[in-house]
Amino acid sequence: MDDLLIKNGRLIDPANSMDAKMDILVSKDKIVTIAPKISAKAKTTIDANKLWVTPGLIDIHVHFREPGYEYKETIESGSKSAAAGGFTSVVAMANTNPVNDCAQVTEFILEKANNTAVINVHTVGAVTKGIKGEALAEIGEMAKAGVVALSDDGKCLMNPGLLRDAMEYASMFDLVILEHAEDQSLCGKWSINEGRTSNRLGLVGAPAAGEDSIIARDITLSKYLNIPIHFCHVSTAGSVDLIRQAKKQGVLVTAEATPHHFTLTEDAVGSYDTNCKMAPPLRSKSDVTAIIGGLMDGTIDCIATDHAPHNVVEKEVEFDCAAFGIVGLETAVPLAMSLVNDGHMKPSDLIGSLSSKPAKTLNLSGGSLDIGSQADITIIDPELEWIVEPSKFATKGRNTPFGGKRMRGRAVVTIVKGRVVYKFNGKDIDSDE
Amino acid sequence: MEDLTPEDISQILNTSKLMKGISERDVKKAPTLRGKTIINMFAEPSTRTRTSFEIAGKRLSADVINISTSGSSMSKGESLKDMVANLEAMRPDLIVVRHKSDGAPAMISRWTNCTVVNAGDGRHEHPTQSLLDMMTILESKRKLEGLNVVIFGDIKNSRVARSNMIGMKKMGMNITVCGPKTMLPLYVEEMADNVTTSLADAVVGADVIMALRIQTERLEKAKFPNAREYSRLFGLTLSHLKKAKHNAIVLHPGPINQGIEISPEVVEGQWSVVLDQVTNGVAVRMATLYLLLGAGLQKTE
Ligand SMILES: [Zn+2]
Repeated sequence: MDDLLIKNGRLIDPANSMDAKMDILVSKDKIVTIAPKISAKAKTTIDANKLWVTPGLIDIHVHFREPGYEYKETIESGSKSAAAGGFTSVVAMANTNPVNDCAQVTEFILEKANNTAVINVHTVGAVTKGIKGEALAEIGEMAKAGVVALSDDGKCLMNPGLLRDAMEYASMFDLVILEHAEDQSLCGKWSINEGRTSNRLGLVGAPAAGEDSIIARDITLSKYLNIPIHFCHVSTAGSVDLIRQAKKQGVLVTAEATPHHFTLTEDAVGSYDTNCKMAPPLRSKSDVTAIIGGLMDGTIDCIATDHAPHNVVEKEVEFDCAAFGIVGLETAVPLAMSLVNDGHMKPSDLIGSLSSKPAKTLNLSGGSLDIGSQADITIIDPELEWIVEPSKFATKGRNTPFGGKRMRGRAVVTIVKGRVVYKFNGKDIDSDE
Repeated sequence: MEDLTPEDISQILNTSKLMKGISERDVKKAPTLRGKTIINMFAEPSTRTRTSFEIAGKRLSADVINISTSGSSMSKGESLKDMVANLEAMRPDLIVVRHKSDGAPAMISRWTNCTVVNAGDGRHEHPTQSLLDMMTILESKRKLEGLNVVIFGDIKNSRVARSNMIGMKKMGMNITVCGPKTMLPLYVEEMADNVTTSLADAVVGADVIMALRIQTERLEKAKFPNAREYSRLFGLTLSHLKKAKHNAIVLHPGPINQGIEISPEVVEGQWSVVLDQVTNGVAVRMATLYLLLGAGLQKTE
């Protein structure tokens, strides 16, 4: 008898151009059959009637804080948060303590992931030693240890000469650099976007031009060297335009956007809500519209959360002292689905930006429901309405601007290697036989 | 000033006038706030505003306690939130907050049940300064509506400018802001009626001219080449006053950098109401404390 049968679901698998009612049969950790009607018996059967059955979702931008900041998050708690949000694979950033800039740290993280994570946890390595932007990290050694990309995320690679070296060097190992685009000298010590809200609150604002100018610089380098580069959390209309033009010219650029940057504007900061402080900042309405446009036409390849858990004591302080970032894994699916509900994207395109496209961007396995592939599957209830309760999050972080908000849609079952690792409370869809 | 309605502002200004009467008596004391405790929490040095609040509280018979933290609480490992919790445990009725971080008073008011008054936060607001400015203008001009006011200097980084732009707009004044382009925020044209980088143009027909204190350390941050060039282009002189209305008045929130944003002859001339501003500062703060504590108006400014 096979292990798992998912029946009656709407199977959305963009990599195979599939969007139809299909059953899916899993044996051990592999997908073995996909067909309109499977009559085989399985140990576990899930009735996915009215639900979407999609490739396990992939988030290529999370901060899991281990080693060094386990009070904010661990690989274990982060992985449970990912599972609760419907993600079966994530890519963790390197700004831990110590920074993941050498093979020993990479090995520690991957071993921790292997022993404690309930999903697939990949990691990037730092581009520069200590994320200081001064000297190259041990890129070759980290490549051997298994990093899937390189990034100094949190900081921008401000020295273009060093960036060129890093791109050329990393290309030997087929590792792409993920750029956090923020011109530090143009932006200064900012707290929110520069605009009407910063005028109202007196807070120092980061100009959108501080992101655009780095993206323009990096596109120029990528085109010149013919080496790919990826842009993290694109937040401005200017960036979207630049990336769109670059792609038209065949420059090897890819980009991601976060759910908060396509659902919230700077207005959300309200009266100094530090849960709306993140890097890049929430921007203006026209930027949000441009990000949505970028997702619609494929200029922006992926949706990534930039999941950035912090302890409450790092947020309940003066706004200019508060830590940057919000948690995102457990609210990403409904926020992304608002793009479908608002008529901007087809379900298959949206699922592509959360599965096949992130896999392609970083050359990861997964992101599709191929026969014979590892059974990483997410089941989504597109109509389920629920209210965000940060106290019930699986992540250790409570730093979200969406607390108390009503959401529509969420992952209800998350399956990794054929095993159910998450099931939404009170959702009785699982019948053991 | 963002939270106040024009009616609120009028009420405070009317009350301030009554309060000024108390300060002009032989016995400068009223029993109105007897038994009330006010904490002046100043996390940024400011003798002038702190003293003004202290005198205001004492003239109304409140117990006033000054706490100067000048940023040291964080270095001792105590967060602002902890500090506020500790202060609240002493059961004050009102906390006056001066802080270098924008929004600190708004946050503190979320963390405490007692009334919080903003005595200046970062680059955000300085509402009692704006109120005392308007009181001073009102005394001289008998009205606010329709007056031409020029605010000049570092508009971008000044909480005095921000509060006055908001408050004076609410009172129907015609606001011109002027400063070097590096010190004008984006979208400034939405915050004032006229924007110019020429002080000579700005002052034409002005009823009220308000100089802002220029932070000399900001000048060093390449917002301007040096103090001398700044004073040549943006220092208020007698020649500017000739272009203003003949009975124009000049305000400055103090302390004044004489010879930089304003020339000594202007400060000492009959148009200068700088000392009236200081006197009215006490009256406005008395009115604020009275309305919040004595008259049961529960609101954070
Ligand atoms: Zn980043």
